Amino acid sequence: MAARFRPDPTFYPSPTMAMQAPPEQLAYVAMLDPTGKTRPDAMAVVDVDPASQSFARVVGQVDMPHIGDELHHFGWNACSACLCPYAPHPHVERRYLVVPGINSSRIYILDTQPDPRRPQIVRTIEPDEVFKKTGYAGPHTTHCGPEGIYVSALGSPDGGGPGGIFMLDHESFDIRGRWEIDRGPQELHYDFWWHLGYDTLISSEWGTPNMVRNGLVPELLLGGKYGNSLHVWDLRRRKHIERLELGPEYQMVLELRPAHNPTRPWGFASVVVSLKDLSASIWLWFLEGGKWQIKKVIEIPAEPADPALLPPLLKGFGAVPPLVTDINLSLDDRTLYVSCWGTGEFIQYDVSDPHNPKKTGSIHLGGIVRQTAHPDRPDVKLGGGPQMVEVSRDGRRVYFTNSLYAPWDEQFYPGGFDGWMVKLDVPESGQGMSLDPRFFLQFEPGLRGHQVRLQGGDSSSDSYCYP
Amino acid sequence: MSDAQAWLALLGLGAFHGINPGMGWLFAVALGLQEQRRAAVLRALLPIALGHALSIAVVLIVIGLLHDALPDAYVRWPVGLGLTAFGLYKLVRCRHPRWVGMRVSSLDLTWWSFLMATAHGAGLMLAPVLLGWRAGGDSAVDHASMHEHMHHAGHHAQQAVDVAGGHAEHAAALGAAASTPLLGLLATALHTLGYLLVMGLVAVVIYEKVGLAILRKAWFNLDVVWAAALVITGVVTLTL
Repeated sequence: MAARFRPDPTFYPSPTMAMQAPPEQLAYVAMLDPTGKTRPDAMAVVDVDPASQSFARVVGQVDMPHIGDELHHFGWNACSACLCPYAPHPHVERRYLVVPGINSSRIYILDTQPDPRRPQIVRTIEPDEVFKKTGYAGPHTTHCGPEGIYVSALGSPDGGGPGGIFMLDHESFDIRGRWEIDRGPQELHYDFWWHLGYDTLISSEWGTPNMVRNGLVPELLLGGKYGNSLHVWDLRRRKHIERLELGPEYQMVLELRPAHNPTRPWGFASVVVSLKDLSASIWLWFLEGGKWQIKKVIEIPAEPADPALLPPLLKGFGAVPPLVTDINLSLDDRTLYVSCWGTGEFIQYDVSDPHNPKKTGSIHLGGIVRQTAHPDRPDVKLGGGPQMVEVSRDGRRVYFTNSLYAPWDEQFYPGGFDGWMVKLDVPESGQGMSLDPRFFLQFEPGLRGHQVRLQGGDSSSDSYCYP
Repeated sequence: MSDAQAWLALLGLGAFHGINPGMGWLFAVALGLQEQRRAAVLRALLPIALGHALSIAVVLIVIGLLHDALPDAYVRWPVGLGLTAFGLYKLVRCRHPRWVGMRVSSLDLTWWSFLMATAHGAGLMLAPVLLGWRAGGDSAVDHASMHEHMHHAGHHAQQAVDVAGGHAEHAAALGAAASTPLLGLLATALHTLGYLLVMGLVAVVIYEKVGLAILRKAWFNLDVVWAAALVITGVVTLTL
């Protein structure tokens, strides 16, 4: 890999400095064929430059060579963590996208140079290699970190547990093996991120591949078998420290958004559903008096609905659960965005005081019952709901797509839906938001969008070692 | 190499190591920022300097012992070739040592700094200075004994001046007085002094005044410069 003479210009020592970054011009969006059988998944390149002729359109696309990967999350080979003081390597380039297929366990490395609109696959790590070298399957979230590229995985190659984290070399992309040295009682896995200033990694729990890949299993859900805990790890010694249990009724603890400022030992975790009342919730974890603690800071209630409008899974409840499936925290740690994929609501909170979030904005789009249309196409009822959300580094633009995970899309939106992506504008105060009427991107029929990554970095791509 | 030249070279290389963000000052600044007080910056400096010094001392004492035990060429050639090869390797393959951890004790910092200095071949880079200093000292001895010889040949008129000159040369020629391992220790101390001063100065100025935004502009890829420096010192060692 060619080394630069000066640090990559997209690396910033602190999140505050990263907020001064120029606005992104392109977005990369993982696209999946929900049938998993018809055509290969793809990486789309979307023009997000408002001054461009092709604004809000797909301007490039690379198809994967296989069918049925289910592209899900992905990330960069390098980020601002390369500036960390203890093992700095700031002269690598933010250039390659690490793109795992959650169903196939295949990992693609895409080169976004020389033409960022035409990424190319430069390496494919086959599933067998992932299985053999890590003992894991179902790779999804990737983070570039101090030691290389960290990738989370849902479980083992036979579809059971435990799920965990493995590492890729950030130069060669060779698999370096499992990350954990001592996993303690941890079995289920989903997301992970860290507090670099505290040498602490936090992980969350969804379910093993067997528990999720054929859809949500109602018996497991009602039995409280999906994940309901956070795990605290010693990032340096790769050792499990403690399990923080939310309570048996809280099912599926998914996205983790620690404060970007490395001196702030707190963050937010989202819970998809409560067995008690179908509500969703956001939890705060924080270090106080030398102890990691958790508390529920936001609860979003289910909305009563006519059973006739509900999918079979929900008919008996007569209500739509909000299903919080993704959250995102702005780089100044002040604004939290919450996707309610079930009700089709997208909510903004002021979290300047993380213990007391205040709702500052809400928009509706899609939703199981509401099917709210976009102002650009008021005639088109929308399926799916706000899902994978990404926030620009300056906090002024928010993008989201509407697909969760193909087998789950099918359960909650059995009528099917088309894939779309929208953009919101946020005022400088960070409070309030509005849909950009010019940005309503409908993907080509048969493809749905999942995670969005912004060129040069975004609010969930980088970690910082300096406040 | 005279004492003055050796001192200058050692202090200069100390400054070169001290200014490298990967060798200490940046870690000190980060610890200060994490704890939000300057005391944390200052507290990190000595343990980091100690680790650096240990790494250098080990290399120079080993080279010193070998030098005093073996013929000159047996030391110079392997050291020179080793340096050149290591530098070339670093030019091609710029791997960095792995370390994760911001919550560090003084002992951790010393160990970290020792690892960084060792992995970068910081001690090896000083080898030619040590060998050159030693060689310079040896020639100073030869020079002095030649003077003595001339006295015996009967230049009585010049005797007082010559004796004074001879003494001055002896007193200054540390390179001649000490065994090579001892000279290595002395070299380590001088080098570390230069390193600590520059590292401390940069850390405090960046922490107090400049801020880390400068990293984006002024963090040149010292890996290449560093590797080139290794190659050059290797070649110098070979041609001493």
